[in-house]
Amino acid sequence: MNIRSQISMVFHLDKCIGCHTCSVACKNIWTDRKGAEYMWWNNVETKPGTGYPTKWEDQEIYQGGWVKNGDTVSLKGAGKLKGLKNIFHNPNMPVLDDYYEPWAYRYQDLFDAPEGNDQPIGRAVSLITGEPMEIQAGPNWDDDLSGTPDYARQDVNFKHLSQAEQEAMFQLEKMTFHYLPRICNHCLNPACVGSCPSGALYKRGEDGVVLINQERCRAWRMCVTACPYKKSYYNWNTGKSEKCVLCYPRLESAQAPACMHSCVGRIRYLGVMLYDADQIQQVASCDETQLVDRHLDIYLDPNDPAVIKAAKANGIADSTIKAAQNSPVYKFVKEWKIALPLHPEFRTLPNLFYVPPLLPAMASVSADGTYDTVSEHLLAGVEKLRVPIRYLSSLFTAGNDQKVIDVFKRLHAVRVSRRDTTVKDVTEKQLNTVMNEAGIDVHTANAIFRLTSLATFEERFVIPAAHREEAIEMLENTGDFKGSTGFGFKEKPARGM
Amino acid sequence: MLDYLLFGALPYVALAVMLIGSIYRYTKKGFQVSSLSSQFLEGRQLFFGSQFFHWGMLMLFLGHLIGFLIPSAVLAWNGSPVRLLVLEFSAFGFAISSLIGLALLIKRRATTKRIQMVSNNMDYVVYFVLLVQIISGLGIAYFGRWGSNWFASVMSPYLYSVFAFNPNVDLIAQLSTSNAMALLMVKTHIASAFLIIGIIPFTRFVHFLVAPIDYIWRKYQLVIWNWDNKEIRNSRNYFPGKSRDFKNN
Repeated sequence: MNIRSQISMVFHLDKCIGCHTCSVACKNIWTDRKGAEYMWWNNVETKPGTGYPTKWEDQEIYQGGWVKNGDTVSLKGAGKLKGLKNIFHNPNMPVLDDYYEPWAYRYQDLFDAPEGNDQPIGRAVSLITGEPMEIQAGPNWDDDLSGTPDYARQDVNFKHLSQAEQEAMFQLEKMTFHYLPRICNHCLNPACVGSCPSGALYKRGEDGVVLINQERCRAWRMCVTACPYKKSYYNWNTGKSEKCVLCYPRLESAQAPACMHSCVGRIRYLGVMLYDADQIQQVASCDETQLVDRHLDIYLDPNDPAVIKAAKANGIADSTIKAAQNSPVYKFVKEWKIALPLHPEFRTLPNLFYVPPLLPAMASVSADGTYDTVSEHLLAGVEKLRVPIRYLSSLFTAGNDQKVIDVFKRLHAVRVSRRDTTVKDVTEKQLNTVMNEAGIDVHTANAIFRLTSLATFEERFVIPAAHREEAIEMLENTGDFKGSTGFGFKEKPARGM
Repeated sequence: MLDYLLFGALPYVALAVMLIGSIYRYTKKGFQVSSLSSQFLEGRQLFFGSQFFHWGMLMLFLGHLIGFLIPSAVLAWNGSPVRLLVLEFSAFGFAISSLIGLALLIKRRATTKRIQMVSNNMDYVVYFVLLVQIISGLGIAYFGRWGSNWFASVMSPYLYSVFAFNPNVDLIAQLSTSNAMALLMVKTHIASAFLIIGIIPFTRFVHFLVAPIDYIWRKYQLVIWNWDNKEIRNSRNYFPGKSRDFKNN
């Protein structure tokens, strides 16, 4: 057993209001620069929809992620042979127009325009060429189901749905959509790291954050192809790739990343997970039907004395173990089993989990035409759901419908239990049936409710500090540097220069 | 005199500038060592330009390398006229491929607005010296007989003498050939080759010094530990620092 700690995340999709505050917080801090204008390390998509970059989920186009190859995995569109063969021109790489051409407006024209009969306008100009441009697409130009042929109807996940099921999703009475905020998954088996010919990408051992060494990146562009989530971006100005850094300078001092800190819907949770690094290859290469289960099994119980002992033997700090024991992610993913990885079939073992959205799934219409939120048979007939389970299972469980239904049963049981507590119009028989089917008790339901709805900042983000103050003593004697310069100089300031 | 300047002095200037400049750029300006790919801004025209150019160049480079490392094998291979022709024609083919690719790349850069935004003067310098290099190489093959034999028997000894710090400039200067054009092409080709070596640190040429060959034997996954967790956890020292030993104080 080789225990490592990993910063993991849960996004609760029922709570996401699609406000893009996370995206803007991230953009303001990290990607508001030349060459990075088009990058959204954090973006929010509307599902069904094509996403950003367009159709990123379709690996027939982009050839991202890993594929099972006997008892191991190999990169689908990169790797030693394919990557080096394609190094002069990468046929599967998304280009600028697959994202969107970033633009600004000539605001000054509004002030400088001479007096005339027409209103002055601020024309859109490209942030690449500086020339006036026709805006074709934006990073969040999903249509929220308004029905254009460009977005929702092109959703990649529809390939698992029959034509009738697809049409049903667009009928006025049954239409449904939800938001899908996405950041880098900081995977346990990152395809970007495996694909980098120059070894610039790496996973940080201490907390599992995946980073790109900007001094080693040589613009071979393989990570852009290999990441199936398209969360590695090429900076066209510097000639270096960039990606979400999970705000590691904030994490190291036990602060939440900016996207999570700013989340208006409070949908985001972040905490430590302990996992067994020896199992990564086995799990990544298991059968697709077992992928989700095996993936969740790789995370270990931080309260198990054997795990604690092995973690300590591996040098994991007490504060990290304590954080793992209080981890909200562990509760959502392992204890309550209501959070699932996004597209596990890419086999990267992502560390970002989603609580699938129950709300648009509720479908039982009562006699008076309203949705019956206390029906004990809410999920009795899958065909009655507003959104086909098959659509969600295509997103979260590699096509295993039952796993999504199990999660929905638990989420539904929480609601029934809370209704019983607050409104008190649920019969005991109804309550017991729902709770038994979901396999949770009232105590658990209350805990889920609490962490979902009432959790404080400290409960949502349980981050151990990185102990750099101890780490630095491994390298140098801190006393020697007492009185020298702190931040601000890359080289020592010396006289005479 | 010019011969001594070009084939006696220029090689050392070029090699010195290349070595010092590249090491400086690699160690001090690592952020500026990149192939500066522009595929992200324009991919379709790049496909033909880049593939024709790079594969042609790679083959020509390997060919020259073999001629340099094992000239006797090249001469032996060329012993039969058929094999000589096969070698000369494939080299000519790769050069044509490079030339077509380069022409497409120049056209792409000159006509695509997005690419112009990421172009600088050194990119055009690179195009110019590459054009000179490829055209003079083609000229050698066209005007002279036979370039591959000549490289193995004259150029390789000359290069050895350069690397032995005892440049035998006469090998090049006293080349006698009936065709003046062939002589001009050979000398241009050698001089511009050294020029290319000399400008490596100042151009996007740096990217072939960092060709990712070690990827072939590297493990796919890369985990980097910034500090030693076990050492920190188990240390009983009040000052575990390594720069000065305070342990017993």
